[in-house]
Amino acid sequence: MSAVLNDETKKVLITPLVNDNPITLQVLGICSALAVTSQMSTSLIMALALTMVTACSSAAISAIRNHIPSSIRIIVQMTIIASLVIVVDQVLKAVAYDVSKQLSVFVGLIITNCIVMGRAEAYAMKNPPLESFMDGIGNGAGYSLILIIVAFFRETLGSGKLLGFEVFKLTKDGGWYDPNGLMLLPPSAFFIIGMIIWVVRQYKPEQQEKVDFKIMSIAHGEGGHH
Amino acid sequence: MEAYISLFVKAVFIENLALSFFLGMCTFIAVSKKISTAMGLGIAVMVVQAITVPANNFVYHSLLKEDALSWLGITGVDLSFLALLSCIGMIAALVQILEMILDKFFPALYFALGIFLPLITVNCAILGGSLFMIERDYNFGESVTYGIGSGLGWALAITVMAGVREKLKYSDIPAGLQGLGITFITAGLMSLGFMAFSGIQL
Repeated sequence: MSAVLNDETKKVLITPLVNDNPITLQVLGICSALAVTSQMSTSLIMALALTMVTACSSAAISAIRNHIPSSIRIIVQMTIIASLVIVVDQVLKAVAYDVSKQLSVFVGLIITNCIVMGRAEAYAMKNPPLESFMDGIGNGAGYSLILIIVAFFRETLGSGKLLGFEVFKLTKDGGWYDPNGLMLLPPSAFFIIGMIIWVVRQYKPEQQEKVDFKIMSIAHGEGGHH
Repeated sequence: MEAYISLFVKAVFIENLALSFFLGMCTFIAVSKKISTAMGLGIAVMVVQAITVPANNFVYHSLLKEDALSWLGITGVDLSFLALLSCIGMIAALVQILEMILDKFFPALYFALGIFLPLITVNCAILGGSLFMIERDYNFGESVTYGIGSGLGWALAITVMAGVREKLKYSDIPAGLQGLGITFITAGLMSLGFMAFSGIQL
C-alpha cells in the first residue's frame, strides 16, 4: 500500500479539503452545491455522484491524454464526462428513484460542473491516470465536505431533522423548536457558504483577497475606535 | 397567448435561473465585477439560450423521445437517456457555429462577445435551461418563450449583481469576507429580493 499512497497521492488527496478547496477557494461547481443542499440525503447522493464522475473522468482523460489533439480536447473531455454522467443518471434512476426525482436536472448538470472540467483540464491532461484518479477523489471530497456542512445546517435548522430522523422536536408536534423556514429556501445556501468562506479565511489569512480600496480612518487619527 | 406571457414572466422573475436555481453560478460570481462585462456576458447567454433551447426541443421531440422515430417507421424505441449527450453536443456545436457567424458577418459584436462565447458552452444555465425544457415537456412555442425568458432573467441577475459589486468595493468589509464571501452574501440578499416575485399569481 505504501507504494500507492506516496507523497504526491497524499498531497492531491488532502490539499483540496481545506487548503485548496474547489468551492471556497477556486470558486468551482457552486451551482449544484447550492441547489441540492436543502436535505442531507440528496446532498450525500450528489456528493457521491460527483466524486465518482470526477475520479473516473480524470482517470479516463489522463489515460488517453497523449492521443487527444489539443484543438478538440474540450469536446473529447465533454463526451467522456457526459457518458459517465449518463451512467450515473441511469444507475440512480434504477437504484434510488425518489432521490433521482428530487435531484431532477442537477445530476445532468454534473456535465457542466466546473470541478469536473477544471480537474480534467488542470490536472488530468498533465498527469498519469492513477494520480489523476486520486486528484478526482480529493477534489470530489473537498466538494462533498462543503455540501455536507451546508446540508447539515439547512436540514437541522430548517426542518429539525437530519437524514429524516428527528433532531429537534418541532413545536407543531408539541416540542420546543420552531423551524426556521428561511433555511429551506435558496438564499440560506448563499449565506451559509459565505459564512464558511469567512471562517476558513479567518483561520487561513493567506487565502484572503486583496482590497481594492483601503478605508482610511478620519478625524481621530490612528488608534481611535473603528 | 396569455399562457406564453405568463411563462415568460415566470422564467424571467419567479424562476430566475441564477437566483432561484443557482445555475451558471461560477460565471455569475467570476464575471460580475464590472457592469459592462457582465452585460456583455448576459446578452451572450440570452442569445445562446434563445437558440439552443428550441433547437434541443426540436431534436428531442423528433429523434429522442419515446416513439419519436415513428416518422421513420421505427416504433418502440426510447432514446431519451441520450438527451444529456445530445444537449451538450448541440450546445457546443451551436456556440461554435454562432462564433463563426459572428466573426464573419458581425465583427464588432464578435469582438465584444468573443471572449465569453467559449465560456458559455460550460455555463450550467444553458444546459440547465434545456434540461428543464425536457423535464417540463414544453412544446416548441413554449420552448422559444422559455429560452428567451430564462436567458433574460439570467442577464438581468448578473447585471444587477455587477452594479451592487461596483459600489461594494468602496465599503469596509472584514478581511475574511473580502471578495468571495461578501459576494455570496450579496447574492443571497438578491435572491431573497427575487423571492418577493414568487407571490405573484399568473
